[in-house]
Amino acid sequence: MHTTEHVESTISDTALITALKKLVRSDAVLSSDEDLKPYECDGLSAYRALPLVVALPETIEQVQDVLKLCHSHKVPVVARGAGTGLSGGALPHEQGVLLSLAKFKNILHIDPTRRIARVQPGVRNLAISQAVDQYGLYYAPDPSSQIACTIGGNVAENSGGVHCLKYGLTVHNIQQLKIITIDGELLTIGGSGLDSPGYDLLALMTGSEGMLGVIVEVTVKLLPKPERAQVLLAAFDDIVKAGEAVGNIIAAGIIPAGLEMMDSLAIRAAEDFVHAGYPLDAEAILLCELDGTNEEVSEHVAKVRDVLKQSGATEVRTAKDEEERLVFWKGRKAAFPAVGRLSPDYYCMDGTIPRKQLPLVLKTMADLSAEYNLPVANVFHAGDGNLHPLILYDANIPGELERTEEFGGKILELCVEVGGTITGEHGVGMEKINQMCVQFNSLELQQFHAVKAAFDPQSLLNPGKAVPTLHRCAEFGAMHVHKGELPFPELERF
Amino acid sequence: MNNDISQQLQQQIQSAFEQAASKQAAYEQTSALQIIGGGSKSFYGHTISAQALNVSGHSGVLNYEPTELVITARAGTLLSDIEKLLENNGQMLAFEPPAYSATATIGGTIACNFSGPRRAYAGAARDFLLGCKIINGRGEILSFGGEVMKNVAGYDVSRLMAGAMGTLGVLLEVSLKVLPKAEKETTQIFSCSFKEASEKIHGLSRTALPVSATCYHDSVLRIRLSGTNNAVAAAMNTIGGDTMESVSDYWLSVKEHQHDFFNTEKPLWRLSLASDTENLAIKSDTNGNDFLYEWGGALRWLKTDIAGDKIQSALAKVEGHATLFRKSNASTEQSCNIFQPLSPGLLQIHKKLKQAFDPKNILNPGKQYPDL
Ligand SMILES: Cc1cc2nc3c(=O)[nH]c(=O)nc-3n(C[C@H](O)[C@H](O)[C@H](O)COP(=O)(O)OP(=O)(O)OC[C@H]3O[C@@H](n4cnc5c(N)ncnc54)[C@H](O)[C@@H]3O)c2cc1C
Repeated sequence: MHTTEHVESTISDTALITALKKLVRSDAVLSSDEDLKPYECDGLSAYRALPLVVALPETIEQVQDVLKLCHSHKVPVVARGAGTGLSGGALPHEQGVLLSLAKFKNILHIDPTRRIARVQPGVRNLAISQAVDQYGLYYAPDPSSQIACTIGGNVAENSGGVHCLKYGLTVHNIQQLKIITIDGELLTIGGSGLDSPGYDLLALMTGSEGMLGVIVEVTVKLLPKPERAQVLLAAFDDIVKAGEAVGNIIAAGIIPAGLEMMDSLAIRAAEDFVHAGYPLDAEAILLCELDGTNEEVSEHVAKVRDVLKQSGATEVRTAKDEEERLVFWKGRKAAFPAVGRLSPDYYCMDGTIPRKQLPLVLKTMADLSAEYNLPVANVFHAGDGNLHPLILYDANIPGELERTEEFGGKILELCVEVGGTITGEHGVGMEKINQMCVQFNSLELQQFHAVKAAFDPQSLLNPGKAVPTLHRCAEFGAMHVHKGELPFPELERF
Repeated sequence: MNNDISQQLQQQIQSAFEQAASKQAAYEQTSALQIIGGGSKSFYGHTISAQALNVSGHSGVLNYEPTELVITARAGTLLSDIEKLLENNGQMLAFEPPAYSATATIGGTIACNFSGPRRAYAGAARDFLLGCKIINGRGEILSFGGEVMKNVAGYDVSRLMAGAMGTLGVLLEVSLKVLPKAEKETTQIFSCSFKEASEKIHGLSRTALPVSATCYHDSVLRIRLSGTNNAVAAAMNTIGGDTMESVSDYWLSVKEHQHDFFNTEKPLWRLSLASDTENLAIKSDTNGNDFLYEWGGALRWLKTDIAGDKIQSALAKVEGHATLFRKSNASTEQSCNIFQPLSPGLLQIHKKLKQAFDPKNILNPGKQYPDL
């Protein structure tokens, strides 16, 4: 499944632990198996490894010292926020330091006039919106994991949420970062204005999965809370019609704040779990949230209603009040755990496709599901084409996880094939490292390695993740289909 | 115009690369290439002398799907052609890029990361860049990002190209997110001091009102509203002021620097800083009329003879930055830095990134910073 990349450190394990205890408080260095256990995996629990040691620094200087130590002795470092990542990005390195940013929990400054907040990386996503609520502001990117995940992790993954079609991803909502490079240097990226001179390092750092530097401070942009938000729920007897309805809403000149789709398996699971009143006989439902000023929302609700009906919705409901709006959303937000109740385990995929390819992708997925004899439920950020197929399996049945991974890999390759990508928001991490060989050719991968080397020439930060070695791709290519040979010969080409 | 000259461009870069590789380091400069699109922004950045690499022949829209909100075009495609096509479908480039000349190409626009009046409210060019195809300094054709809204596979090399001014790669194709045009647009005018204008703008920025541009100059504040008919009507009522005639001409003139303010013999500076900055250590010599404020105060144009290093150190104090946007007509080349100097740590990373993409310093060397 995965192997930790072997490195030649120049310090013994005990000497490293002793040295770390001098740099950070000794009770903030963990090395017993019992203490290491909670760090053995992130949200992708199928991948596990114990780190050599966990360090929990609490100041920027301590992080600098730890990195300098690791740098001079060639010790791998894996940064970790809340560990909710779904691609094994925070999976520890067996010979390395797991650097937890959990103690960086402070909101340092809120400036309501400039609409920014300067926060430490371990601050939880939702905690930012809660802290600025008193000013009528909020932080827009809202991953479903927002109660738990940290802003540092969000930047490292360029996380999105249900509102990112209209309000953008993490990369659109941050203004400044402080990072520490592997040699311990503190860099400030971005400034007080809307842009900064030179290369866009802010964008490069965002989504870099802990490979280029450790994020120690984030200045986020805040937005005024909309005057009103309204949600419509539409039921369809055919998922293809639901997909077309999405295109029709956009063709009508409306960018909804959120536009989510669920298929019948996901609908039933969610309904059983939270009783949101979803129509159980529907093949698909769409949730469409509209926000803005009172007038704008009224106009858009009327328009979207018409569009949905014309697109063949069998039923369109508008939440009658805030309470019902939250109930409509509750089902969607609980979709993952709800599906999780249907089977002992589930595996969450994360590909993005051009929306018009939805019918083809759903059909091919259904065929693959039959072939592998593993059910799939679909939850879909429909507005921006980000699919989350959830494969149901049982890890206790020998070989079923491997089959699930193979099935998942095929889904990702299908996404690339139709012009999309292997990951919309969860990142490559350890999980999708092989599929990177499908999405990028060797020259492109080499360019990524060159970018990495510009920051971390010895490859000590999160080694072996995010970008595969060419050697790995050659091995993967020998076993699997790859670029030149088309994996889905029956599909139309473009 | 639909024309693929990527092979020619690639050959030209490959041979420059090979030439540089075979030479002694000291002579590398001579194989450098100067990337030219429509030439509309040739005033911008340092003047370099190098053989031309002409990209304008590489043109044509490759894919446009209004309901997918995406357009992909070759870099030499005219900005005006793209805007026309979008307009016919009720859509727009929401970053409202300035062209500065009818010859402006989409590639040059992205390479400079130029954005217009709507930037503070919708985002910059880089925010709408979904993917691109480039030729790096080794002559390799590479694709990053794509045509979908969300894509986190690999480092965000596409956005790194926005604003790199061609120093990391020659743009061949770009994919951009597009947005629907607003149903209605109107502009309200207020006569007021800068302080009052700033207070008004920052008050509005705490509301959900559909503000899409602001400009303050010569004691007049203009606020543009864009949205649905009823939303704009209601917002007009809320914010008050007088309604302006010929709205689009005004914003066009600001965006394209055709407004009277920009008609000057003096050097023109572009200041980027926190919107509410008040005590900037730069003395105005015309009672404030040498400033024009956009983006709620976060972008300030300044025409002045004050020395560049003074301006840049004043901006450094407020964590902003200053760019000598247009040199004065009198002197052809200014001796000062055109772009705000980078901190030593950042400069080091910039140099290493330049190495990573263009190891022989072939692409627009010195256009942005002397060492890049
Ligand atoms: C139930 C559930 C729902 C989810 N829903 C969404 C969703 O809607 N949208 C979405 O985008 N994601 C979602 N996720 C995925 C996950 O929550 C996000 O990727 C999140 O940003 C991870 O944050 P974290 O603090 O847990 O980071 P971790 O998992 O700890 O780390 C993630 C990566 O970031 C790196 N990292 C962490 N902190 C730093 C730092 N300070 N400096 C440098 N690198 C760092 C790590 O090395 C690792 O590579 C979901 C996860 C779960 C479990």
